[in-house]
Amino acid sequence: MAILEVKNVGKRFGGLQALGDVNLNVEENSCHAIIGPNGAGKSTLLNCLVGKLIPDTGSVMFDGQSVLGRKPYEINQMGISRVFQTPEIFGDLTVMENMMIPCFAKRDGSFRMHALESIAHEKDIVGKAEHMLEEMKLIDKRDMHSASMSRGDKRRLEIAMCLAQDPRLLLLDEPTAGMARADTNNTIDLLKQIKEERDITIAIIEHDMHVVFSLAERITVLAQGTPLVEDTPDNIKGHPKVREAYLGETQAA
Amino acid sequence: MFGLKKHDSRLFIVVAVLALAAPFLLNPFPDGSAMAQFNAGYPDLMQRFVIFGIFAIGFNLLFGLTGYLSFGHAAFLGLGSYGAVWMFKLLSMNIIPAIVLSVIVAGVFALIIGYISLRRSGIYFSILTLAFAQMMFAIAYSDLIGRFVGTPITNGETGLQLALDDPRVLGISATPDGSIPLTNLFGLEMRSVFNLEVGGWLFTFSFGYYVCAVVMLLSFYVAIRIFRSPFGLMLRAVKSNQQRMNYTGLNTRPYTLAVFVISGMYAGLAGGLMASMDPLAGAERMQWTASGEVVLMTILGGAGTLIGPVLGAGFIKYFENIFAKINDNVLHSWFAFMPDGLEDLMVTIVHPFVGKGWHLTLGIMFMLVVIFLPGGLVEGGQRIGRLFRRRDDKATSVESDAAEQRKPAAE
Repeated sequence: MAILEVKNVGKRFGGLQALGDVNLNVEENSCHAIIGPNGAGKSTLLNCLVGKLIPDTGSVMFDGQSVLGRKPYEINQMGISRVFQTPEIFGDLTVMENMMIPCFAKRDGSFRMHALESIAHEKDIVGKAEHMLEEMKLIDKRDMHSASMSRGDKRRLEIAMCLAQDPRLLLLDEPTAGMARADTNNTIDLLKQIKEERDITIAIIEHDMHVVFSLAERITVLAQGTPLVEDTPDNIKGHPKVREAYLGETQAA
Repeated sequence: MFGLKKHDSRLFIVVAVLALAAPFLLNPFPDGSAMAQFNAGYPDLMQRFVIFGIFAIGFNLLFGLTGYLSFGHAAFLGLGSYGAVWMFKLLSMNIIPAIVLSVIVAGVFALIIGYISLRRSGIYFSILTLAFAQMMFAIAYSDLIGRFVGTPITNGETGLQLALDDPRVLGISATPDGSIPLTNLFGLEMRSVFNLEVGGWLFTFSFGYYVCAVVMLLSFYVAIRIFRSPFGLMLRAVKSNQQRMNYTGLNTRPYTLAVFVISGMYAGLAGGLMASMDPLAGAERMQWTASGEVVLMTILGGAGTLIGPVLGAGFIKYFENIFAKINDNVLHSWFAFMPDGLEDLMVTIVHPFVGKGWHLTLGIMFMLVVIFLPGGLVEGGQRIGRLFRRRDDKATSVESDAAEQRKPAAE
């Protein structure tokens, strides 16, 4: 069953048709990659899914419900978490505080005024946050200022924060952009592990073919705002149209 | 203690001791001595310390935690004062209903102003709050509402004052000897003082000051609780990264609005206390310079720290009083030991910085703090603390180095 259904989505910025007519189904508990050359509309599509942009035409259904017209925080509460290209974490806070925030958001919803309670008394939140940090091997950095961590650790923390909410769909926007090879491989292993251990659907936008082919079960190739082809990684590799539009360019470069 | 962590309890106890012993601590110089003019232990000034402390604590909850810089917070202070004076006019001279009304009035206005202003952030938010405060100042100054309803509401530029023919339903309109009754707490008058003479010192304990101090301590306690609560964590998250907050399923607007209202209520409380100590309210309390002052206090003391705003408020109010009091006569007596020509020269040089020119001194001090201590006075304190610790470390390392060097010699 498709958990995410994108139908006839189009988005225009002034004279630029960023998305033409996108149709896309992401199956539940699969890992679906969206690839395409620069300017293909990958990020625009992602922004349409999380409520940052509202498409001009078409519909986006998540688990049978429309996400259009909802605010980003409402869409997140429906079960969609997003990892950004540059890790978006709370840089002024410690790693532990970062981790506690999604735990609160999961338990208390989008707003709760608990102004006089002490964080130290929130045993279940502290426990869950510590558990997540342990799982992500960040527990020894618990009291560190999160802005001073390495890029790889920030990415780990961001993914951990997303997972703490037990999302049904995890969206990753070039999760390994700007990473060293070792960090990239670690991230791939981490995502593989997440896929094995959890009932979670992953949709990933990525430039790095190595990442895409080691993770994805299905791949959609986007070019100039329209899906060119959708297939399994093996078929995509050999697809002449894709080679021409995308892979060929990469290899030539 | 009271649900606070160890170091927070320690801070609270220190502040409580300082506040309760202030009549002693702020009067270090004997009466009549040359230094007595630097004493700050008289009720008027001490009340201002703690009242502005409350104002700054509340402002810091908004600015220090969320980073939203309100430039119109004095509006809530003024509203609180008007609310309290109206309560003294209509109900009774007991300060409890007056303060309750001032907090409510400020809270309601903060809800409306915050709801509109918080649609924007950054400089636009600041400008919106400033615009609202100036509008309210203009309305109060011209008594626009009063002219509309036909009876003075803010009483324009004269300010709202008590009169002998005020109804005071639960109290008396006038005392038997024909004067306006005094503000009190269940009969205990705010003005009542107890003087203690020890040697050359005269210590004045004012009931009004102690009421203010206790209210300040309560406000400080609540502020600590808010800082350490999940709500406080969310507010710091707002300051750090609103985008991540939105994509973590959190709606930032109710958080910022809630803290804006709380912060406005703190300002209303301060305004109500001000009117309780001296029952009149004027529009100048709402002017933008007053809003700027609380920004200065908070930044000078250390925005985002617990104790900073209280320190900043005390610092500014102290120097405002002391520098404003120094006139040319005092300066001449200071430089009397110099030859005549030099004495006059020194007085001329220092003159623009004291008396009416105290703003100049304050401005210079503010600049120095912002440039050299971006974290405010709190950072200054921390640096001094670290300096001592480092000196200790160095001393031990020098000793161990010396010990290292001695070793081969001994062999």
